[in-house]
Amino acid sequence: MRSKRFVTSLMVAAALLGAGPLAAQTIKIGFMSTYSGPGAAQGDQLDKGAKLYLKLNSGKLPKGVKVEVITRDDTGANPDVAKRVAQELIVRDKVQFLTGFVWTPNAAAIAPLTAEAKVPYISMNAAGVNIVNLSPYMARVSFTLWQSVYPLGQWAAKKFKRAYTAVSDFAPGHESEDAFTKGFKEGGGEIVDSVRIPLANPDFVPYMQRVKDAKPDVLFAFNPAGKQATAMIKAYADLGLAKAGIKYIGPGDITTDEELQGMGDVAIGVITVHHYSAAADRPANKAFVAAYKKEYGEKLNPGFMAVGAWDAMDVIFNVIRAQKGKLDPDKTMDLIKQYKNPNSPRGPIAIDPDTRDIIQNEYLREVRKVGGQLANVEIETIATQIKDPWKEFNKKK
Amino acid sequence: MEAFLSSLVSVAFHGIAYGMILYVISVGLSVTMGLMGFVNLAHGVFAMAGGYILTSAISRFGLPFPLALALAVIVVAAASVPLERLLYSRLYGAGELEQVLFTIGLIFMAVAAAQVIFGMLQQPVLLPDYLKGQFPLLGRDFPAYRVFLIVVSGAMIAALWFSVERTLWGAMVRAAVDNLAMAQSIGINTRRLFTLTFALGSGLAGLGGALGAEIIAIQPTYPFEHLVYFLIVVSVGGLGSLRGPFAAALLIGVTDTACKYWLPQFGAFFIYVATIVLLLWRPDGLFGKRI
Repeated sequence: MRSKRFVTSLMVAAALLGAGPLAAQTIKIGFMSTYSGPGAAQGDQLDKGAKLYLKLNSGKLPKGVKVEVITRDDTGANPDVAKRVAQELIVRDKVQFLTGFVWTPNAAAIAPLTAEAKVPYISMNAAGVNIVNLSPYMARVSFTLWQSVYPLGQWAAKKFKRAYTAVSDFAPGHESEDAFTKGFKEGGGEIVDSVRIPLANPDFVPYMQRVKDAKPDVLFAFNPAGKQATAMIKAYADLGLAKAGIKYIGPGDITTDEELQGMGDVAIGVITVHHYSAAADRPANKAFVAAYKKEYGEKLNPGFMAVGAWDAMDVIFNVIRAQKGKLDPDKTMDLIKQYKNPNSPRGPIAIDPDTRDIIQNEYLREVRKVGGQLANVEIETIATQIKDPWKEFNKKK
Repeated sequence: MEAFLSSLVSVAFHGIAYGMILYVISVGLSVTMGLMGFVNLAHGVFAMAGGYILTSAISRFGLPFPLALALAVIVVAAASVPLERLLYSRLYGAGELEQVLFTIGLIFMAVAAAQVIFGMLQQPVLLPDYLKGQFPLLGRDFPAYRVFLIVVSGAMIAALWFSVERTLWGAMVRAAVDNLAMAQSIGINTRRLFTLTFALGSGLAGLGGALGAEIIAIQPTYPFEHLVYFLIVVSVGGLGSLRGPFAAALLIGVTDTACKYWLPQFGAFFIYVATIVLLLWRPDGLFGKRI
């Protein structure tokens, strides 16, 4: 009882504080990432990317304006926790932005909150294709799987005739399977067979044996980055599928820059399409990678999630600058829709004003050894300033 | 027909390799559960430790693979002795709930410790060249590492069976499993026996974790993620026996592989269905002793 009263008085105090005039313009940003559980590696990327941006750019705000980042742990793909935490951030901390978010289910769970409370949300990662449709206050700077996989399917159709798809059995896996199948079939290719592999699967060899016996020209693969993607590529290498003339391709999610070193030499030769590689030689990227390594250690490569976090912070800073620190949610959303950055580490990006989703380049890459380290070497730009194809195909009439 | 036979061979081969790993990791759990009546859910921690020792011995200190493997077994076995003496032995008489809570707590601590020391990312296994690539046998290519894995586990299993069935120590273990009170009353030092057996079981888990690191990736949540497989092997096989878990591990390895190969759309849940059916048929496991 006592503690309940204490909490109530705290809430009253917080409400009073919040209701008062905005003292010395401090912009509060609710930053939700994953710091515990199996997803902590991904959450760590967001954290590092965002903190690096803040550290290097805190001087670029209007005079007298400060940002305060309130960091919260969503504990993984955990919609209930995400919703509770977001509610606290909105109601108690009065944040003016919500950002972070590794996981699509979490982003989906908080969508109604952003609409109700008019709190602009920017997705640093959560890539579920439909997320930005869920609330007019949601925008995304990361990517959709359709963006990388659909062009990959089109490209593959020019090189290969028969494809096998093997994806992990969860929503992103299904999305990538759909996108690849559409792109590949439209280009005249034939899908020999498709398999969806359970997420809790320690041994990929039987699946790869099946692929080998089906004798396709190319294997399209998608698993969560890390041990799953590695285990599948290892099984592919162990069974000699490469020697049997089966090429391994997939979205860049399977050879992320941070996991690549742990995958080992088996990953060499894998072809992927993605919007970001730490090995890209654009000047903006070189500066970004150098700053990242200086901050976090020579051995650590930034991955696409770190870049997503970096760019999301850039969007927020832009919006704050444009409004000189006095934020209005609807104005903020208008400004986000006009956001353009020709010099992101991943190349030129923009926000699509119609969908509030990212527009960016997609690069075809191959895993090669560069200076003793594995790297996703960009070979060509296979899609320039591409909008999310899924939304193009499923336009609201 | 030719193609079918050939896929039959590869399914059997991969299934056996997978089953061997499951067995080497889980057999220690079966013995400690049968012998000491201790529900050691933290068994996977020892396997994970073995994996970490192997991968860091190779990548950080440049040890050759066989030496790193031996080191993993010895260090894990040695480290388990103080754990057993200081922590586990206090709960030997305790109820199952206490034991489960205690060992779950151990897992949480081990996961957090591994995350702090090694980070969340998986550890790369740097195999020597002679274990990479394919190994031609009977006109078919087999992955060299899996051949090695089957040979090593097979040798290890043979040694284990010999020591349990033919040595004095083995006789004491069997006696203690059958009737603990009687074993104590005829003068067997069960406390020392427990410690030794626990160390052996943990060392085996360490070996399994290290050998299997190439297949079952080493990263901090390992003891949680694979716990269910270890428990399936033990419960299907039966507590306190060596043969039971072996049959169970091979059965699970081969059927799981076969199902994924021929019926990939059911691959996810076949293993659980099989477990339920087997346990309905024989609640004490294939070779379990009725307790």
